[in-house]
Amino acid sequence: MTDVSSTSSLLAVDDRTRRRNAAEKRFRVYGVIAIVLAMLALAGLMTSILTNGLSAFKQTFVTLEVYLDPAKLDKDGSGDLEKIRKVSTFGYAPLIRNTLQTHLDAPNMAVDDLSAKDAVKMISNESAAEMRRFVLANPDMIGETVSFKFLASGRVDGYYKGRVTMESAERDSNISPQQLMFADKLKDAGLLETSFNWGFLTRADASENRPEAAGLGVAILGSLYMMAVVLCLTLPIGVAASIYLEEFAPKNWFTDIVEVNISNLAAVPSIVFGILGLAIFINFAGLPQSAPIVGGLVLTLMTLPTIIISTRASLKAVPPSIRDAALGVGASKMQAVFHHVLPLAAPGILTGTIIGLAQALGETAPLLLIGMVAFVREFPGAPPEGLFDPAAALPVQVYNWTQRADPAFAERASGAIIVLLVFLLFMNAIAIILRRRFERRW
Amino acid sequence: MYDAPILGDTVDQKTTKISARDVQVYYGDTHAIKDVNVDIDSKTVTAFIGPSGCGKSTFLRCINRMNDTIDVCRVVGDIKIDGEDIYDKRVDPVQLRAKVGMVFQKPNPFPKSIYDNIAYGPRIHGLAKNKADLDVIVEKSLRRGAIWDEVKDRLDAPGTGLSGGQQQRLCIARAVATEPEVLLMDEPCSALDPIATAQVEELIDELRNQFSVVIVTHSMQQAARVSQKTAFFHLGNLVEYGDTSQIFTNPLDERTQNYITGRIG
Repeated sequence: MTDVSSTSSLLAVDDRTRRRNAAEKRFRVYGVIAIVLAMLALAGLMTSILTNGLSAFKQTFVTLEVYLDPAKLDKDGSGDLEKIRKVSTFGYAPLIRNTLQTHLDAPNMAVDDLSAKDAVKMISNESAAEMRRFVLANPDMIGETVSFKFLASGRVDGYYKGRVTMESAERDSNISPQQLMFADKLKDAGLLETSFNWGFLTRADASENRPEAAGLGVAILGSLYMMAVVLCLTLPIGVAASIYLEEFAPKNWFTDIVEVNISNLAAVPSIVFGILGLAIFINFAGLPQSAPIVGGLVLTLMTLPTIIISTRASLKAVPPSIRDAALGVGASKMQAVFHHVLPLAAPGILTGTIIGLAQALGETAPLLLIGMVAFVREFPGAPPEGLFDPAAALPVQVYNWTQRADPAFAERASGAIIVLLVFLLFMNAIAIILRRRFERRW
Repeated sequence: MYDAPILGDTVDQKTTKISARDVQVYYGDTHAIKDVNVDIDSKTVTAFIGPSGCGKSTFLRCINRMNDTIDVCRVVGDIKIDGEDIYDKRVDPVQLRAKVGMVFQKPNPFPKSIYDNIAYGPRIHGLAKNKADLDVIVEKSLRRGAIWDEVKDRLDAPGTGLSGGQQQRLCIARAVATEPEVLLMDEPCSALDPIATAQVEELIDELRNQFSVVIVTHSMQQAARVSQKTAFFHLGNLVEYGDTSQIFTNPLDERTQNYITGRIG
């Protein structure tokens, strides 16, 4: 019965076929398992980042009507800006305290054992400085009562995001349960609210003890400047190098060495490029530290091999018959390349470039070495001079914030990761759109 | 069309357009073409036949120096067009290729519009002063390519959207648009069906009035149908060259005899 396989009917599946089919089925199952695991990991990652980070886009604000007391801000009533400037931020703190005192004195608002002096600590340290900036910009408002929307302190903000509780406030030297009770009363009175935090995207970084004021503004700007430098340098250099190597260079030992080295450079750890940048751009060429121009140059070095490799691959993918056709009608080599080969390779080149840029955008290690890890409070100026001003970068800002003690910075680090991911998604979307558009032409 | 009018074609003019003397081609260490001497007449269709790898395409590509694009390829000997050595140092291959057009085995229109496919050559050679001139050239070339009636309403359509036969005629029209004197065709019908092949062959016969046509073909019937002169290549040697009628009816060399009767190849 077992020996009939060679003449058996097609309707019965023989052992060998059954084993092959089983192997194929197993392989497919492995594939599905791999995909499912990858999707789960991705889902887990996204959930973790989103749950931790989305709250960074919301912030608790306290709206206070502050009387800009001329007795404190402009003692002789001259309105002279130079004299008003002499009043430091410390001079403004009592004004907030006065407003809070009136709220504490209002019926049903008083909280036992809470003085106005303690209540001031619920408002961000940043507030006095904000008021001072406002007064210096509008000196004629002195003597008026102005409504300010102050940031609540990191702990009060954390209370409304579930990070701080009455129990933890007992043990916390930065916040007391009484302050939280007063915050609740302010909330009931409509003075305290949680709303979208544009400041997270527009403010500069803030110091350790005022996480509520920390924002990504400088980091976003620094990253944009660096990407601009990288794009302006890698695209022309990378594409020109690829075209030369692929279409014009003679095939000899020298070009072989160049090719091998480009492949090797693509595999060099990025921190090595950081050391190189430190040695060449900062120590030798004397460019400033923490500057987007240096970061951009270092990332250019890092991105070039990637772009050259992907550009060469897309040039190679253009059928040689197109080159023949162009040469056949008497086009020069360069005309053949620029009129026919390059347009056909363009979608691939653009995709490679954008993916290279995305990689550079997320790169941290080389930037640490060239000083972009520094605490930068000032926005860089407008390009091109601004490229030489100190700035931060998005991934480095994430790295910075994760190192800080206050848990509010953990939330902001996750928020910064979301911003970074949105940028990357945006760039990849552009890559896909460009690719579609160019490829759909014929 | 398929009944070969072998003896019917006569050649009126006998001026030599291309003359090759002792041409050797090397691909690295491989000696691909050995001692080829041939005189190709103007306003004549000359067919190169021979088994695969015999060097007929290689020799064809020598005539417009397309072999220059292959790094390891080296050409020795003289090839003269109208008495001028095309391998002279002063000759720019780009100028040469405008004078010697080429049609390839696989239809290879540019991924551009039909109009731009034709207009590209005249544009880069500065043959048209303005748009109106260019329109005239495009129409004339498409008519010569026997494809005008099929595409005149959709000149903006992509050339790659045409059928294989139409694409090849578009490529022929593109090749004649630069007003070449010689037209090289490297197995132009090998990717086409019999009907498209017939159309292209008819076209080649018409082109003979204006150009010297050199065609490489694997099909002996095609050589017999379209050419007045035939050259038989074998293992890199030009074995026999003569009137098509003579090659196919009364070959002088035994190898030619064997090839056309199907014993080698």
